[in-house]
Amino acid sequence: MKSSTYERARTPAEAAAAVGRQQGAKFLAGGTNLLDLMKLEIETPTHLVDIQDLGLDRIEKTKEGGLRIGAFVSNTALSADARVRRDYAVLTRAIQAGASGQLRNKATTAGNLLQRTRCPYFYDPNMPCNKRKPGSGCAAIGGYSRQLAVVGSSDKCIATYPGDMAQAMRVLDATVETVKADGATRAIPIADFHRLPGDQPEKDNVLEAGELITAVTLPKPIGGKHFYQKVRDRASYAFALVSVAAVIQRDGSGRVSFGGVAHKPWRVAEADAALSLGAKAAAERAFAGATPTEDNRYKITLAERALASVIDQAKA
Amino acid sequence: MEFTAPAETNLFDNAKVVGKSTLRIDGPLKTTGRAPYAYERHDVAPDAAYGYLVGSAVAKGRLTALDTRDAANAPGVIGIVSTLDHSAPLPTGTGNNTALFGGAEIRHYHQAIACVVAETFEQARAAAALIRPSYARVEGKFDLAAAAPSAPMAKDGSGKPDNKKLGDFDAAFASAPVKIDQRYTTPDESHAMMEPFATTAAWEGDKLTLWTANQMIAWCKSSMATILSIPKENVRAVAPYIGGGFGGKLFVRADAVVAALAARKLKRPVKVAMQRPLMVNNATHRQGTIQRIRIGAGRDGRITALAHENWSSNINGQDGENGTAQTASMYAGPNRLQANYTAQLDLPEGNAMRAPGEAVGHLALEVAIDELAEAVGMDPVELRILNEPATVPGTPEKKFSDRNLVRCLREGAARFGWDKRQAKPGTVRDGRWLVGMGVAAGYRGSPTMKSAARATLENGRVVIETDMTDIGTGSYTIIAQTAAETMGVPLAQVDVRLGDSDDPVSAGSGGQWGAASSTAGTYAVCLALRRAVGQKLGFDGDAATFTDGRVVADNRSWRLADAGNLSVTDEMNFGRFKRDFDIGTYAGHFAEVGVDRYTGEIRIRRMLAVCDAGRILNPLSARSQVIGAMVMAAGSALMEELAVDKRFGFFVNHDLAGYEVPVHADIPHQECVFLDTLDPVISPLKAKGVGELGICGPGSAVANAVYNATGIRIRDYPITLDKHLDRLPQVA
Repeated sequence: MKSSTYERARTPAEAAAAVGRQQGAKFLAGGTNLLDLMKLEIETPTHLVDIQDLGLDRIEKTKEGGLRIGAFVSNTALSADARVRRDYAVLTRAIQAGASGQLRNKATTAGNLLQRTRCPYFYDPNMPCNKRKPGSGCAAIGGYSRQLAVVGSSDKCIATYPGDMAQAMRVLDATVETVKADGATRAIPIADFHRLPGDQPEKDNVLEAGELITAVTLPKPIGGKHFYQKVRDRASYAFALVSVAAVIQRDGSGRVSFGGVAHKPWRVAEADAALSLGAKAAAERAFAGATPTEDNRYKITLAERALASVIDQAKA
Repeated sequence: MEFTAPAETNLFDNAKVVGKSTLRIDGPLKTTGRAPYAYERHDVAPDAAYGYLVGSAVAKGRLTALDTRDAANAPGVIGIVSTLDHSAPLPTGTGNNTALFGGAEIRHYHQAIACVVAETFEQARAAAALIRPSYARVEGKFDLAAAAPSAPMAKDGSGKPDNKKLGDFDAAFASAPVKIDQRYTTPDESHAMMEPFATTAAWEGDKLTLWTANQMIAWCKSSMATILSIPKENVRAVAPYIGGGFGGKLFVRADAVVAALAARKLKRPVKVAMQRPLMVNNATHRQGTIQRIRIGAGRDGRITALAHENWSSNINGQDGENGTAQTASMYAGPNRLQANYTAQLDLPEGNAMRAPGEAVGHLALEVAIDELAEAVGMDPVELRILNEPATVPGTPEKKFSDRNLVRCLREGAARFGWDKRQAKPGTVRDGRWLVGMGVAAGYRGSPTMKSAARATLENGRVVIETDMTDIGTGSYTIIAQTAAETMGVPLAQVDVRLGDSDDPVSAGSGGQWGAASSTAGTYAVCLALRRAVGQKLGFDGDAATFTDGRVVADNRSWRLADAGNLSVTDEMNFGRFKRDFDIGTYAGHFAEVGVDRYTGEIRIRRMLAVCDAGRILNPLSARSQVIGAMVMAAGSALMEELAVDKRFGFFVNHDLAGYEVPVHADIPHQECVFLDTLDPVISPLKAKGVGELGICGPGSAVANAVYNATGIRIRDYPITLDKHLDRLPQVA
């Protein structure tokens, strides 16, 4: 771990300015991912700006009838919130399917959106990895790729976004609110927040240098039955091979986002539109143009079957 | 003391302490954090500096240069040891299949090339990242399947080709009405013990002390002397508490070597704990296997021909993972063939892991038996019982010492509700789950090794000292129970001190020989102490009665404390008569699983082991051993796999996020039952080990249960959902 300086900012704008001011500075929230990566020197921030004192730890109603979730709200608090459990159950289910109780106590809403890939080649500094070291190549392509992306990948990177929470936020059409280093604010639809790897796999998302997530807002509740089906080799404490976040209405229409398959939560409008036609029709549309490896081709079948399970449960 | 004939009735047959469920006597120290482990010996090495290992970034080639200038100048750095400090690899210690340090040659990924020593752990780690190695990389061989066809035949324990034939297998198989011919594969596996390799090393003059995580203290002492080219008497190895080993800690590893070298060079105690990512590629693993099993049988299910061939690998082309290890002792059948081949691969060193050979041999053999049962239309419990041998099938000149496998299977079937199993696979549904049951038999040999101890009478307390280790197994407690029983004192009046090479040499912990051997050694030395007490007080110690802290002899009675302070050393030697016997432990393993009919996810519902291992010294800790091994077996069946990158030549998933072992949620219900048996051939205590028995069979029971649930047979472990997903029934 490289030495870095540390400060605790007092306001979001001050935090953003502090990170924007210094090359290599980063925000520190729960630290459940960043600190691990710093120990391996995969992340080497020169300066850490701690956001725990910014008052971003509240969940509030919005005037549109939705919820604004502060960036520093813990996974535990968010998943336990009575309004979330009642109106956005897919979010509670997704969060509780992830990590462990201890980690969820520390992990934050903003931090979870920024969780980096769990590709094993990203984690081994001896291996080429375009995400870790741009231009060095991708060891995962042609290597051990059972858990990696099947769709939306590039010839530079087949990493996945590993989180659960964001899959639920994707089907809920959440918005990520930020403040930039110059104090300007913006609202980024979750659909546009994470990137595909393309030629720049080192960029996980569209945030600019010094841009701080202040909140995630959820629109007013959309009703329906809420599901998060996470498929994995062991029963707990594992990243998804495939996950399905879905909200399904009484008439069979709905929304679906697939996790564990791409560099971002994978929601395709045509798949949503085909949901009432069944899992096969929806999955075909969601994975049109998929480019799996021999190791991870099974994920396409798995996604379809996991979706079938959700649809059957919705009918039950 | 010599154990020269099967035990007769003795004091253990009326035991008051041995055989009773007893809480670990070291438990309070562990649960309150006062049991010192190798890396936290602040008590004896308070000024230890921190060493951080650097592993090779390439799998094969040469280290052409090691630029340490920036690292040396980094904050807090005291010094650096480099593999290039040595012109050639240092000698290997007992059991090592390749050198641990020294020289420029790189033989495997994450081979230790340097260790940076600093005032704090964080400084050492930061400086280690500043080391700049240069390599000349060469191509290596990393693919077992590619290397297997030309792999040479392995040597057996006596150096002969590992190829055993009995009768005429080829003819019998060719003419058998029912034939099974299948190939099974098991992957490379990691011990993944909680405590990594760790050593604190300190020199006083030319004397080295190592506080280290090691299962075999005497091997550690002699190995370190060999590796460092110093006299054995100048090495002391100490390991009172060990955070799991599973065979990985049988032999010294790079942490011990490098800590000793660094402490000598820097004239200061140095401690090194292997960082988790190095625990896979720097340390040892269980090698993957390819196994072919052919069984010929009559339509009645009686086996006439049985062949088990095994291919594995190692870095030196020797000491492979021998899946055939149990086959000679399991099923009858007059015509037999067993062969074992070991390829040379440039993957990291393979070495012993819990039940080496048998653990993965069962994963193949016990599934083949299930396949045979189906082929002849017999219940797999009954098929096993039908083929129960009268003499040892592969070595007919030997007798079984005490074998109750049939009872294990019958009792297990009754307890598990086996009669409710549907023979036709894929027919039981419970909501979204396809449900199946499976059975497997288990066999693990029960060796014993010479074991010594010192017994001291000190103000009426009995102190047992030996270099025996407790790797979490409960050695402290069973040794204390044995001493309490033999000396006729309450358990609380016994102190046990373990893991110090200054104390008499024990059997150590490995191969499930520790419990039987070290308690026999304890018994031997306690008998010697009884004689010494008799001599002091003037009676024949062998004829006296030791009970309730008193001694009764010649119609007189003394307090044990009246003998004053005495100390004796003795050992148990096991006689040649044992060679006439196959001394084994046995189990019937049962499992029920659910397979999610949508996703193919496999979840265990319940597991049962009925075990036959002679007298159970401490049912509480023995149960812990068995259920722990069942968890490990479940992992090997369903998830554990070191993924080989055949281009770069390393195990990719080298941390506990990537190498999945079962979590609590994977193991909802386990039951372990011990039969009330005694084996007089093993030792005076008639007690055998169980630590490895528990991993021999449960994985196969799980595999057979998965088949029973789905009707899809997967012969490549681990059985993960991707391997049967496209053959599961259609959904939606």
